[in-house]
Amino acid sequence: MTFFLQLVVTGFAQGMVYALIAIGFVIILKCSEVFNIAQGHFVLIGGYLGYTFLVPLGLPIWAALLAAIAVAIAMGLLIERLMLRPMVGQPVLAVVMMTIALATVLGGLATLLWGAEYKAYHGLLPTITMKVGEISIPSESVIGLIVSVICVVLLMLLFRYTKIGLAMRATAEDLQVVQSVGIKATTVYAASWVIASVVGVIGGILLGGVSGANMDLALIGLKAFAVVLLGGVNSIGGAIVAGIILGMLENVAAGYLDPLLPGGGLAQVFPFFVMIIVLVFRPHGLFGLAHIERV
Amino acid sequence: MAALLVFLFACPLFLSDRMLTILTTMGIAVVSVHGLNILTGYCGQISIGHSGFMAVGGYTSAILCAKLGWPFWAALPCAALAAGMAGLLFGLPSLKIKGFYLIMATIAAQFIIIWIIIQLRSITGGTDGLLVPKPVIGGISLSSKTNYYYLVMVFVVLATITAHNIIRTRAGRAFIAIRDNELAAEVMGVSLWSYKLQAFFIGCIYAGVAGSLLIHYVRFASIEQFPFWDSVWYLGMLIVGGMGSTAGAIFGVVALKLLDELVTVAGPILAAAVAPQAAASLALITHGLVIIIFLIFEPRGLHHRWEMIKTYFRLWPFSHQEIE
Repeated sequence: MTFFLQLVVTGFAQGMVYALIAIGFVIILKCSEVFNIAQGHFVLIGGYLGYTFLVPLGLPIWAALLAAIAVAIAMGLLIERLMLRPMVGQPVLAVVMMTIALATVLGGLATLLWGAEYKAYHGLLPTITMKVGEISIPSESVIGLIVSVICVVLLMLLFRYTKIGLAMRATAEDLQVVQSVGIKATTVYAASWVIASVVGVIGGILLGGVSGANMDLALIGLKAFAVVLLGGVNSIGGAIVAGIILGMLENVAAGYLDPLLPGGGLAQVFPFFVMIIVLVFRPHGLFGLAHIERV
Repeated sequence: MAALLVFLFACPLFLSDRMLTILTTMGIAVVSVHGLNILTGYCGQISIGHSGFMAVGGYTSAILCAKLGWPFWAALPCAALAAGMAGLLFGLPSLKIKGFYLIMATIAAQFIIIWIIIQLRSITGGTDGLLVPKPVIGGISLSSKTNYYYLVMVFVVLATITAHNIIRTRAGRAFIAIRDNELAAEVMGVSLWSYKLQAFFIGCIYAGVAGSLLIHYVRFASIEQFPFWDSVWYLGMLIVGGMGSTAGAIFGVVALKLLDELVTVAGPILAAAVAPQAAASLALITHGLVIIIFLIFEPRGLHHRWEMIKTYFRLWPFSHQEIE
């Protein structure tokens, strides 16, 4: 039983990481119908930025966080203006290839600037460790949970009470109507990229503070798409719930089945199995809106 | 055209081993990209799992040759068929989903295929890989670089001719109709179910042949030969060359492979000048930037540019064709 619970709790931690990546993805998707493959790379950049600001530059935590957010805003604006603006109205393949290309460029930049090495900065961020009985709760899960909840609350407030939030919701609903009442769609797109990049970078810093920053963060990005699909591509709440479900399932499945399989490594592909199953049986996910299109 | 063919087949007479290696890998990629072009460029079913399907073909032929002692010529069609079957299986979701969802399904296919290969350790060798005997056809050993180059070039020519002609058949026209408007195609009596799966089958047969050629070229099968990023670059080659054109597929492969070579040459110089990791990042950044630049400035690819240049010279000194 302890083994099972430990797997569930570890899975929960993993799931919160997925959820963090998935939230940024869903925001961009909702506002501009762009599938951002590079979301995991925002987290990667965030992890390394945290390292740079905290260790070589030695900034205090609040200053490092602010500096990283500033970089993230600049990055989001630049990416939207230079890469995604020309892609408005292009077919889905062109847009997806653009974000894949963006992912490789970001990965290349991370390699160039930080040498693709493992950078740890333990102990600089406040960590929370808890033990319930024999089960230790990893601080990733606590931090992931806190950040995800804060992000979601802030985003809900943003969507509910600000003008840009209203514009973003409207754009998600109907682009043509929004443009006809004089809302600049490009501003909305820019805002969505900025938010996604900030969410990704903050998540990256916190994860980096717990488990160190390395290139694997970007790979997790790919697995996070299973979360997005399971939760429904246009539901922020769904992303979190699905993240937790998938993280737990993955860990439990790997924990029990890996010893039975000769090659092991089930955790690496489990999200992809889920992805195929979801796509075949329920393409709009658990909480997404079903697009009915009869062919 | 004929001059180009003569040139291609005369290449080994004056080119160095290194150049032949580059041309051989280019040829294998051309075969693979032709398949992706039929699937993605003509039928509009986007696949980022092409390298996974190549792995199916490569491993099938490696196992048949190494474990069962089949000759190379018999293993190759089986490899093609196996990859086609895998394509059919993973093409099934395409009946229900499209666009981004299909992209995700094919990415999942890539990772699942590689995982299964690792799991079947007893026959595939798992992560250790599998040694493959020298390919022999009719008593002629193909182990020398020159001989293998000829073999690959024969397949490149065959693949190009068949790819070019498949598009002119009933199925080919149906593919294009599906790409341009699924709903209209269905209403016109094109069976989406059958033709989408056909596109997956044909596209993956090309991948299987390419995978088999690759495995026998290196004479060693390992999962590192079929990385996820290759699937992405095949799609990138299609974008750079021009979607939905046989010549475009070739242009794209040549352009991106040449870029690869440039990076391999420039990498060590940069690494010495800037930082040791510059070489690794250079490849990623240049590939990404080339695709970004093409998507923004020339989404129809090199093939379109080439057609424009041809038209310019045909019409020179006029800029438009006179309508009579």
